[in-house]
Amino acid sequence: MFGYAEAAVEAALAAGAGYADARVIIGRTQGLSAQNGDVEGVAQSESAGLGVRALIGSSWGFFAVADLDDGGARRAGERAAETARASARVPGPPLALAPVEPAVGHWESPCEEDPLSVPLSEKADLLVEVTRTMAGAGASITRASCRVWDNEKWLVSSEGHRVSQRIRECGAEMSATAVGDSETQRRSYPGVRGQYGTRGWELVRQIDLAGNAGRVGEEAVALLSAPPCPEGTTDLVLGSEQMALQIHESVGHAVELDRILGWEAAFAGTSWLDLSQLGALRFGSELMNVTADATLPGALGSFGYDDEGTPAASVDIVRDGIWVGVLSGRDSAALAGVPAGGMVRCDGYDRLPMVRMTNIGMLPGGNSLEEMIGATDDGVFMDTNRSWSIDDRRLNFQFGCEIGWEIKGGRLGRMVRNPTYTGISPRFWGSMDMVGNESEWVFWGTPNCGKGQPMQIGHTGHPAVPARFRGIRVGVRG
Amino acid sequence: MSAAVGAKGMDPARVAAALVERVAARNRSAEARARVSAGVSGLTRFANSFIHQNVAEQSAAVGLDVAVDGRLATAHTNRTDDASLDALVHAALAAAEVRPVDPGWAGLAPPAAVTGAEHHDAATAAASPDQRAAVVGAFVAAGEGLAAAGFCSTGAVTAAFANSAGQAVEGRSTRAALDGVHRAAGEGDATADGVAARVSVALSDLDGAAAGELAAAKARAGTRPVELPPGRYEVVLEPRCVADLVDFLAIYGFNARPVLEGQSFARPGEAQLDPALSLWDDAGDHRSTGLLFDHEGTPKRRVPLVDAGTVVGLAHDRRTAARSGTESTGHAVPGGESFGAVPTNLFLGPSAAERSPAPADPAELVASLERGLLVSDFWYTRVLDPKTLVVTGLTRNGVFLVEGGEVVGPVTNLRFTQSYPGALAPGRVIGVGSDARLVSGYSGVHHVPTLRLASWNFTGNARG
Repeated sequence: MFGYAEAAVEAALAAGAGYADARVIIGRTQGLSAQNGDVEGVAQSESAGLGVRALIGSSWGFFAVADLDDGGARRAGERAAETARASARVPGPPLALAPVEPAVGHWESPCEEDPLSVPLSEKADLLVEVTRTMAGAGASITRASCRVWDNEKWLVSSEGHRVSQRIRECGAEMSATAVGDSETQRRSYPGVRGQYGTRGWELVRQIDLAGNAGRVGEEAVALLSAPPCPEGTTDLVLGSEQMALQIHESVGHAVELDRILGWEAAFAGTSWLDLSQLGALRFGSELMNVTADATLPGALGSFGYDDEGTPAASVDIVRDGIWVGVLSGRDSAALAGVPAGGMVRCDGYDRLPMVRMTNIGMLPGGNSLEEMIGATDDGVFMDTNRSWSIDDRRLNFQFGCEIGWEIKGGRLGRMVRNPTYTGISPRFWGSMDMVGNESEWVFWGTPNCGKGQPMQIGHTGHPAVPARFRGIRVGVRG
Repeated sequence: MSAAVGAKGMDPARVAAALVERVAARNRSAEARARVSAGVSGLTRFANSFIHQNVAEQSAAVGLDVAVDGRLATAHTNRTDDASLDALVHAALAAAEVRPVDPGWAGLAPPAAVTGAEHHDAATAAASPDQRAAVVGAFVAAGEGLAAAGFCSTGAVTAAFANSAGQAVEGRSTRAALDGVHRAAGEGDATADGVAARVSVALSDLDGAAAGELAAAKARAGTRPVELPPGRYEVVLEPRCVADLVDFLAIYGFNARPVLEGQSFARPGEAQLDPALSLWDDAGDHRSTGLLFDHEGTPKRRVPLVDAGTVVGLAHDRRTAARSGTESTGHAVPGGESFGAVPTNLFLGPSAAERSPAPADPAELVASLERGLLVSDFWYTRVLDPKTLVVTGLTRNGVFLVEGGEVVGPVTNLRFTQSYPGALAPGRVIGVGSDARLVSGYSGVHHVPTLRLASWNFTGNARG
């Protein structure tokens, strides 16, 4: 496969590109879903193709083809250069690339049990069983699904990169919905987006869907008759699943360098962060330590090399509450004057690599969830994301959770329904005064992060722990 | 031999028919349906007033569903050589044989012809990166001194469907889109964005200069915004906002699946929306975009959803239709076995009811507003509860205070938490604009006007 990529790069250079790289990607996916005891969908896919990127002046040109042959690869290289050259009608400053040592190597994600080798019938039986169990607990609509991705990639660049990887990912999810007269209530497990990682089927066995199905169904039903989340300003304790969403939306996207540079201004948005404040701006409380670590074994945002061939690394993003790092690729890093971060990925052979979160997560602190609740006189504990909305600068957010409990006098009280909270990112993070410890650290995986035009779906990881926030507005409703 | 040949030289109709035959050769009792498409697309993206990403691709997609004694399985590939198609058939049949029976399997679409003119423009199918760059250049040039960002895209697809019940349809479509903002500097680090977007079957319909001028004017008008307290305001919502409303109403409301599950607000036969409004889906309308048949090969029908405020119809695929004792309306989508049927070509317009106000110039809708907000765009809208369809989101790309019928100045962006059907409930629609146009939404491209609504629940401002 390296040969096709080499042919594409050669053709792009011959057509005038100053730099070119090409990726051959062969991908296989599998997905099963079940509802209320019946299998709904069984789908498998296989795709193969080549995408080549050519840099001329201020613009990338990119062309993708499904034809894996030498002629097709060379034509793709030429078309990439031609497409880049057309950008000169609306030119900007020349784009440079931050220097990296050209990588040569191979990497595979850890996998104990090949997820595509696990029989479809076994997967179907699991999903049928858990949806039946949730329905037996009284939920009206019960769903479960599992997904597998197996991608092989070959990257060649005009600077000498020659990297191959095989990344296997899988995971599963289930939910129970109780339908009331005027609204619905849902509980999901392990999280609203399930749990996914760069691991084999052992991940699905470990999350124990069957052992949690009954509880999930019962909680969905109980929520229908629970009182609504109180309205007001109070102390908020978030479980680690909701913390993963909080980190993803209000930290991860905010520190993407392409957003900070304005490259996403019209769609995904920009960022409230100004590069001139890097290293000095207080992002949150002193307890806030966030890294982007693509080396975490089994986490969904892990890899050996990013899709520019930069080796995986761990980069500090927020240290002791101070903003110290960004998510970058070679082009954005050169423009910002920072080292290339190795955070550029594409979601298939037919998409241009772009800045993507790796595993951006909170480092553990020194408290347990039990201690946080015990130290809270009056507040709300919320977990499992249900809705998420944040402005285009990643400042003003409103998030809803599936379930909450009042905290009174250091103890969990009544279950509450429709819990929501809202805030402004740096003020919210500045109010964090207790952070969960290492025993509560979970590497959550988000397999559905949309960004870019054409839209790409990214797989990101979010190590997270529970945390407490002071003086937060909760209970916003329509 | 099909007249429609894809960009790679592959004939989708021939491949679809061949796939059905290959399934029959392996298992004569299996039901099979094949979807095959070939396409070309390009997207020219700009930011900071220059083109920075310029992409294009040739693509092929092959999807095969097989049902063996009611056991359904699906397989996809992007390869069309003999070995890959054989592997596809093998994978689908092998999966079907080991899964349980699907009680919701509603069988194959019967033979039915597609009627109506294709939404296709040959010049757009052949559009070059130079042509897209020219549109972008005109947009950028119209905002001198401002920072422009956005994209211009073109795409063409040739698609075919065949099944073992004898249904065989094919078609072509093209789409061109321009969507961009101009950004003006405000006080301090504040900025103001103005947006303009156009979508059409033909690239020649996109006027980059006109769109650029509109976006630039909005951006310049948006500097020095004031902050308003949260609360309920009367609003004039421009078409981008209204497209968001009808998208959510259709996906969560007029989709037969959530109605059957009790998760939808929609109650057919009841007057749930204002009598000023009618809503329908019509892929065959000459103003629509896209293909004329659905994921199951059923020709798309015109479906009235709301007539003068009364819910009169739902979108069905074969599964929901079978459960409801009716016929598919041709609104099956990928993943529909889990999600249901989704309208993709919505039209929102004034009803023909006598008491309905005549469509008004959008300027008149503002001029008749004593105090309220003119909203250009919504952003990051998410459902809090699908049944009440309470949605939270923010304003974006220009929100303005109107007093005494005059726009008195820009306002900082606001967060809202609002039931969408509640906002359109009887008595809540004060005026319907005469400016209906195509707007790209989550589920498709919809034809929607400006609306003036009696109340919108803003729950936060720039301070939280």
